[in-house]
Amino acid sequence: MPRYPLTDLTAAFALALDMLLRVDRDLLEIVGLSLRVSLSAVGLAALIGLPLGAAVALFRFPGRLAVHALLTAFMGLPPVVVGLIVYLLLSRAGPLGVLGLLFTPAAMIIAQCLLITPIIAALSAQTVADLHEEYDEQLRSLAAGPGQTLVTLLWDGRFRLLTAILAGFGRAVAEVGAVMIVGGNINHATRVMTTAIALETSKGNLALALALGIILIALALGVNLAAMAIRDATRARYG
Amino acid sequence: MAEATSILPLRLTSVTLQARGQTLIDGISADLQAAGRSLILGPNGAGKSLLLRLCHGLLRPTAGRIDWAGGNGERVRRRQAMVFQDPVLLRRSAAANIRYPLHLRGIPRGERQAAVDEALAHAGLGAVADRPARVLSGGEQQRLAIARAWVTRPEVLFLDEPTSNLDPAATRAIEELILAVARAGTKIVMTTHDLGQARRLADEILFLHHGRLLERTAAADFFAAPRTAEAAAFLKGDLLC
Repeated sequence: MPRYPLTDLTAAFALALDMLLRVDRDLLEIVGLSLRVSLSAVGLAALIGLPLGAAVALFRFPGRLAVHALLTAFMGLPPVVVGLIVYLLLSRAGPLGVLGLLFTPAAMIIAQCLLITPIIAALSAQTVADLHEEYDEQLRSLAAGPGQTLVTLLWDGRFRLLTAILAGFGRAVAEVGAVMIVGGNINHATRVMTTAIALETSKGNLALALALGIILIALALGVNLAAMAIRDATRARYG
Repeated sequence: MAEATSILPLRLTSVTLQARGQTLIDGISADLQAAGRSLILGPNGAGKSLLLRLCHGLLRPTAGRIDWAGGNGERVRRRQAMVFQDPVLLRRSAAANIRYPLHLRGIPRGERQAAVDEALAHAGLGAVADRPARVLSGGEQQRLAIARAWVTRPEVLFLDEPTSNLDPAATRAIEELILAVARAGTKIVMTTHDLGQARRLADEILFLHHGRLLERTAAADFFAAPRTAEAAAFLKGDLLC
């Protein structure tokens, strides 16, 4: 791979575009792993976070307020700290060391999942609470049980919840601290877009870093545009 | 869905509701029998909606008793339905809204569709079955709410000012639907502040003022010769306060 001096930004940019256009293999591998890790993490986080958030919004149980406060506070968890905790859990001496997951994509999925579950849970708690205020009397009138109420509110809030999930994905795919620590940025194994950008930049290999940066920005923009489009479309359709 | 014993009559004994030091419902006693259409009439703020919610079990009285002849609990809850002033429709299609209570009651999937189709046709909504419920017109939404309440064939249907936000044509369609539901054997308990509507629909009137049941009379007698001064004033169109 050719090296360029730091000042030669235009050349780096041109090379980045070139890599994008001819679908560079290394680039493709890194983007693919990024998507696999972050989509898996967001899927798991949704499975945990949606019912958790809805339960916090709907049910009165001991410690409910504490859980709600924690979820809200944990929306802003620093990724490096999450990475550190997962590292400690998965390291050979840690409680889950026997699983041998450290420095694998699985470890990265776990870390990102921990990072974004509070986001998805807290946002869905808000959505479900709003909807419950509107539906409460009607659902009690229809004799819906607690479980049925939870499922109904999650389903009827599906489009707003989708934007919560997109927010989680946006955070997962863009974070670098957690995947760096638990994944180790190993070439052809655990290297994702953000860790590759960090590494290639420090090595002065700006073309690859820029190409990845462009893709990352496009993804982030795309996610936000999709969230806005979903919100507008459903507001028009479902009120 | 026929069951051996009726949950009616519904007996209210000195039912009282207080909130923040105010008495909103003041010692109402009444029996609601299985037959007919009972209209709860009175000016705004009389406590009509609260009384309906107390009967339906959405609110608990702070004093007094509400007893169904059919006992208490799940069975009684499932044998009644309520239509609210502003219909709360699920963010799904019209047909899915009607399917929903059947799903809640565990009606087998195969048996649902026929009931849904019948309820939609009954409410004149067959053409909009697949449209999202919340884009329907106000009148259609309220007819859908009634169809959804009726699809489980409740013994009692509570309606809280179901036409208060609707134009005359839509109101007429709603009233016809309510009469049809009553003819099919469902007890109607409905609030209104609209005298004309009470005349058109009522078998008996429960006249409420300041949270008290001032009189309860057969509709014909009520409109010919109300027994209380307040009811007489209300019928004349005076503003009660």
